[in-house]
Amino acid sequence: MLTIAGVEFESRLFTGTGKFSSSQLMLESIKASQSQLVTVAMKRIDLKTGADDLLSPLRQAGVRLLPNTSGARNAKEAIFAAELAQEMLGTQWVKLEIHPDPKYLMPDAVETLAAAKILCERGFIVMPYVHADPVLCRRLEDVGCAAVMPLASPIGTNQGLVTEPFIKMIIEQARVPVVIDAGIGAPSHAAHAMELGADAVLVNTAIASSASPIEMALCFKDAVDCGRRAFEAGLGRVQTQAVHTSPLTGFLQQ
Amino acid sequence: MSFVDQFTRIERDKLLLALYSCTAVEVERALMQPEGNLRSLLALLSPAAEPYIEEMAQRSAALTRQRFGANIGLYLPLYLSNLCANECDYCGFSMSNKLKRKVLNEQELAAEMAIIKSRGFDSILLVSGEHETKVGMDYFQRVLPLVKQQFSYVAMEVQPLEEIDYRQLVEQGLDAVMVYQETYQAATYAKHHTRGKKQDFAYRLATPDRVARAGIDKIGLGVLLGLDDWRLDALLMGHHLDYLERHYWRTRFSISLPRLRPCTGGITPKVHLTDLGLVQMICAFRLFNQQLDISLSTREAPSLRDNLLPLGITQMSAGSSTQPGGYQAPDSQLDQFEISDERTVEQVISQMRLKGFNPVFKDWESAWIAC
Repeated sequence: MLTIAGVEFESRLFTGTGKFSSSQLMLESIKASQSQLVTVAMKRIDLKTGADDLLSPLRQAGVRLLPNTSGARNAKEAIFAAELAQEMLGTQWVKLEIHPDPKYLMPDAVETLAAAKILCERGFIVMPYVHADPVLCRRLEDVGCAAVMPLASPIGTNQGLVTEPFIKMIIEQARVPVVIDAGIGAPSHAAHAMELGADAVLVNTAIASSASPIEMALCFKDAVDCGRRAFEAGLGRVQTQAVHTSPLTGFLQQ
Repeated sequence: MSFVDQFTRIERDKLLLALYSCTAVEVERALMQPEGNLRSLLALLSPAAEPYIEEMAQRSAALTRQRFGANIGLYLPLYLSNLCANECDYCGFSMSNKLKRKVLNEQELAAEMAIIKSRGFDSILLVSGEHETKVGMDYFQRVLPLVKQQFSYVAMEVQPLEEIDYRQLVEQGLDAVMVYQETYQAATYAKHHTRGKKQDFAYRLATPDRVARAGIDKIGLGVLLGLDDWRLDALLMGHHLDYLERHYWRTRFSISLPRLRPCTGGITPKVHLTDLGLVQMICAFRLFNQQLDISLSTREAPSLRDNLLPLGITQMSAGSSTQPGGYQAPDSQLDQFEISDERTVEQVISQMRLKGFNPVFKDWESAWIAC
């Protein structure tokens, strides 16, 4: 079972809350996905009144909330967002997202590492969203992050595992769970990420922007389960040439 | 260094010729481009693209849905003042127009904000005529903190200011500045702006540079459609947007595509932009720039607004008043222009939901920025 910061998750599919056409559809999709960790943008929550059409249904559904710092453009803003989340939602968990580039929404490695260090020191459970950079992921582990969340491809693009060679390095080296985040556009992408040995995937756009989000959530659930089972069963080696079923050196055994 | 340097090198007549001599082959090539560029934008804005508008609309809708999801951001304009020291022949606030002039005082501002808040809005656009002495930096610095206490996202559409002014306003929490060039065609601009500081075409054109250098979150560009050839104006705005994105990579951008509306003492549009043309422009800009916010005001009629929803729009106003104090005490004599969609916000939202869109009132947290 997947464990992050001492919390066990039966589902290895994490989901988001943005882009749905209604709260009802979002909720039903999350239920269909059986996801137990759902990320929610702090910028969308009305902190002044506390009244919100996003939070209460999620709380009723019993999922664990992973507040994210989307909208923050530097470490200072992200730290403040995390602290607000702690105060408002009563959780120390935070998905650390800092993207100052509004075009491709690429995460800022420099600011992310700086913010992660401070948040970890303050006792937060930090899950940083980063480029698929193996060295950065190690440095984030070193400062105490509970997991790393490298991107598969630019957020919202549905391009799949464009960063696969680097994801493989991160998975190979990681001492904390690796959650593949951003760019996973099809259940087959999610299955593939799980087959590579990712601990979990986070999917939002591919579900929310589908013509049938609930059905798509079900497909992702199955794909993640299947990919994980395949990883655990052990995939065969990929080779470029056929392998002889009758070995040439068999006579040595005779 | 500003866009003015680049703009002066653009050969207007060549662009105009290219727009009107563009062929179907070039449009098809543009439609095959996964990422937009200025060459593709020219093709998509050209008359040759008209037979392809359905295809453009389909792509625009899909791109918008993928990038922005089902979300449509909602905002309201709050008119601070109708005082103006400019003469613009398309605008009801023009200095020579005989109308009651008004600047909201702090109590009146509070009353307007209370009404807007009660309707659920958390994003606001502060608008004023351009009057530097009576509605200038002193006034803005006085009212902005009051507005920021109540609204997460605050945009301003006022006279162009200096970079240092914008820096001060950003420090006070200003999130966005809308500064519309009205037309990118200097001769036409001169014809419509006959008195006041707004006559300075180049100063206005360089304003987004000054705003961006001040570190604002978002800048809104716009042209007033009807003043001159809309295809060329839209294309030149595309050049402006392209320049700004290259130079200020941290800034977000939005565009508005207002069609000239009747107003007190106003002119008849030189060019009539049809609904078809408006759709072409919205789709062309979405295919050009996938992350661009495209804003639609209540200038447009209800049925058209509803139909434009899926085509690339990301921001809308609803239940707007275009006069200072208009939410509390509507008085048609004070309007900047007539609005077409007079539905309440509830009516607009219910149509949005019926069409599968999610109205978003809050998508920003100002508390972070002030930290």
